[in-house]
Amino acid sequence: MNSQQVLAQFQATGVQTCFHDRHINPQIYAGLNGSNWRLKDYESRGGYQALRKILGKDGVAGNEAGLTQDQVIGTVKESGLRGRGGAGFPTGLKWSFMPRQFPGQKHLVCNSDEGEPGTCKDRDILQFNPHIVIEGMIIAAYAMGISLGYNYIHGEIFQSYQRFEEALEEARAAGYLGDGILGSNFNFQLHAAHGFGAYICGEETALLESLEGKKGQPRFKPPFPASFGLYGKPTTINNTETFAAVPWIIRNGGAAYLECGKPNNGGTKIYSVSGDVELPGNYEVPMGTPFSKLLELAGGVRKGRTLKAVIPGGSSSPVLPASIMMECTMDYDSIAKAGSMLGSGAVIVMDDSRCMVESLKRLSYFYMHESCGQCTPCREGTGWLWRLVDRIHRGEGRATDLDLLNSVADNIQGRTICALGDAAAMPVRAMIKHFRPEFEAMISKSARPLAEPV
Amino acid sequence: MSSPQHTETPVALSADVLALFAKEVAKYPAEQKQSAVMACLTIAQKEHGFVSQDIERQIADYLGMPQIAVHEVTTFYNMYNQHAVGKYKLNVCTNLPCLLRDGGKALKHLEQKLHIEMGGTTPDGMFTLQQSECLGACADSPVMLVNDLTMCSFMSNEKLDQLVDGLRAAEAAESGAGRSEGQA
Repeated sequence: MNSQQVLAQFQATGVQTCFHDRHINPQIYAGLNGSNWRLKDYESRGGYQALRKILGKDGVAGNEAGLTQDQVIGTVKESGLRGRGGAGFPTGLKWSFMPRQFPGQKHLVCNSDEGEPGTCKDRDILQFNPHIVIEGMIIAAYAMGISLGYNYIHGEIFQSYQRFEEALEEARAAGYLGDGILGSNFNFQLHAAHGFGAYICGEETALLESLEGKKGQPRFKPPFPASFGLYGKPTTINNTETFAAVPWIIRNGGAAYLECGKPNNGGTKIYSVSGDVELPGNYEVPMGTPFSKLLELAGGVRKGRTLKAVIPGGSSSPVLPASIMMECTMDYDSIAKAGSMLGSGAVIVMDDSRCMVESLKRLSYFYMHESCGQCTPCREGTGWLWRLVDRIHRGEGRATDLDLLNSVADNIQGRTICALGDAAAMPVRAMIKHFRPEFEAMISKSARPLAEPV
Repeated sequence: MSSPQHTETPVALSADVLALFAKEVAKYPAEQKQSAVMACLTIAQKEHGFVSQDIERQIADYLGMPQIAVHEVTTFYNMYNQHAVGKYKLNVCTNLPCLLRDGGKALKHLEQKLHIEMGGTTPDGMFTLQQSECLGACADSPVMLVNDLTMCSFMSNEKLDQLVDGLRAAEAAESGAGRSEGQA
C-alpha cells in the first residue's frame, strides 16, 4: 500500500452518520447512499425541478411564466423556514431585506464554515448531496436578483470543498449555472472558497472579510450585509442547510413545509448528536420532535448510563440538565423557553460520569484560542475565564471564584462586536447556574488561600 | 509536498502552482484578486510544506497586495504552517464533543506511540502531532486531519497504530523514489 491508500482506509463512509434509517421524513438526506451525489442522481431524486418551476421550464401547462421574485420570497416566508446556522432568523424575511433594485453588483454567500463544536451536518450535505445546496442558492439568487455567489467552506473539510467544486462543474456543464440559465435571461455565477482554520469566520461579517482575502475579524453592524456586504455591496448570507431546504419548499409549497414542523418552526431540521450516545450521527427529523425521541434514535445514552446534561445547540448554547431537556421538543421556541438556544442543532450529550468543571474548562480554552483579539473584553476575558476554570479544576479554586466567573462573563457578554464573546460567556453562566454544587465541591475540597493574581 | 524544508531558501513557484493560482483568481472580480490569497497560500503550502516569507512575497506580488497583508492572513488562520513540519501533520481534535468520545485519549496515544509531545515533530521528520479545535466531524470522534486534507474517522488506538505503522511502511517502500505519492 502506498501512503494514500493507507490513509484512505480511515475515511468516513457516511454509513454511521448519514445513511442510516433513523431519520424521520427526511428531505435533505432522503435517499442518499454515498455514491449517488452526482448531478444525474440528484435529478433522478427530483433535483433541479424547483429551479425549472420558478423559471417556467418544468413543462407544466400554465406555468410558462414561472414564479416572480415576490412569489418565491412569499413561498419561503410562508414555509416558516428559519436560519439553520444558529440564529434562527426567518429566511424569507432576510431575503426581503435585499435591496433588489440596487443598480450595482449584489452577492449571495453560503456559510459552510461549520466549526461550532458539535456540528457536522453541513459536511454530510456537501459531501453526499452537494447539488441541493447549489439549487437552493440558484433559487435564492433568482429571488433577490443576484448574479454572483460564493460558498465559503470550512477548510478542515477540504474533501467536501473539492466535492462541491466538482458538483459546480457539473451544474455549469448542464446549464444550471452561468449566463442564460435553462434558456432564461437569468444569470448566476457560483464559486467555492475555503477557510483554513478560524472558528470566527463562521460569523457572517468575519466570513466576508475572509472572502475578501483578509484576516477574519468581524465588522460592526450596522451596516448589515444586506446593505454593505461583500466588497461593500448588498449581500445575503445563509447557512448550507437553509439553502438545502429551499428546493423542497418550492416544489411542495410553503404551507406543506410548515406542516412538517410546528407553527413558527417549519420543516425538518438536521441534528448532529455527539457525545455520550450509542449512535452518534446526524438525524434529520421534523421540527418539534421530542428530545426524548431524538435520544432514542441515537441509541440512547451510552452503556445504559443515566443522562446528566445536554448542550442542545452547539458549544455556545447554554447547557441544560437532563430533567429540563427531557421535557423539551427540538425546535427554536421550546429550547429558548427552557433557557438555551437551538443554535446550529448540535446536540452534545453528557452522561452521569461527566465532570462539568472539566467540560467547561475545555470549552473555555476553545473560546480563548479562537477569540480574534479585536475587542478587549473578549480577548482578555476569554483567557481570564479559562484561567479561573482551570484553577478550579486543578483544585486551587477560591471561594469567591464562582462570583468572579459570573462577573467576568457579565463583563464580556453584550460588550463585543460579535457574538463570540457571548458564546464564551453563556456556557460559563449556565454551567454555574445548573451545576453550582459540583463547582463548589471542587473548590471547598481544596480551598486554600492563594496570593497570586489569576 | 516534498520533504520538509528547514531553511528559508527561496523557492520558485512552479508553472503548475501558478496555473492553480490563476484558477482561483478567476473566481473573483478582476479588481478583487486579493480574495484568492487563502487559496494561493493553501496551494503553496501543499507544494512546499510550509509558508515561508519568500512564498508570502511571491503571492503578494502575484495578487498585487502588500506582503504584510499576506502575512496577516498566514498568521491568523490556524492551518497555515509558518515553519517546517513533519511529512505528515496529524491534527487530533480534542474539543468537548470529541473529548467525550476519546479524542483526548487518541492524542495521548499518539504522543506515546510517536515518543513526542503535542506540538512536536519526530526526529526523522516524518510526523508532526498537533491538538486541534473542532474539525466539524464530531459524530466521527476520535477524528484526525492528516496534512490539512484527509479526515480520518473513528480513530481507535488500534487504528491509530495501523495508520502510523502503515505510513511508515509505505514511506520505507517509497524511499528513494524521490517524490512521495502520499501528499494528495
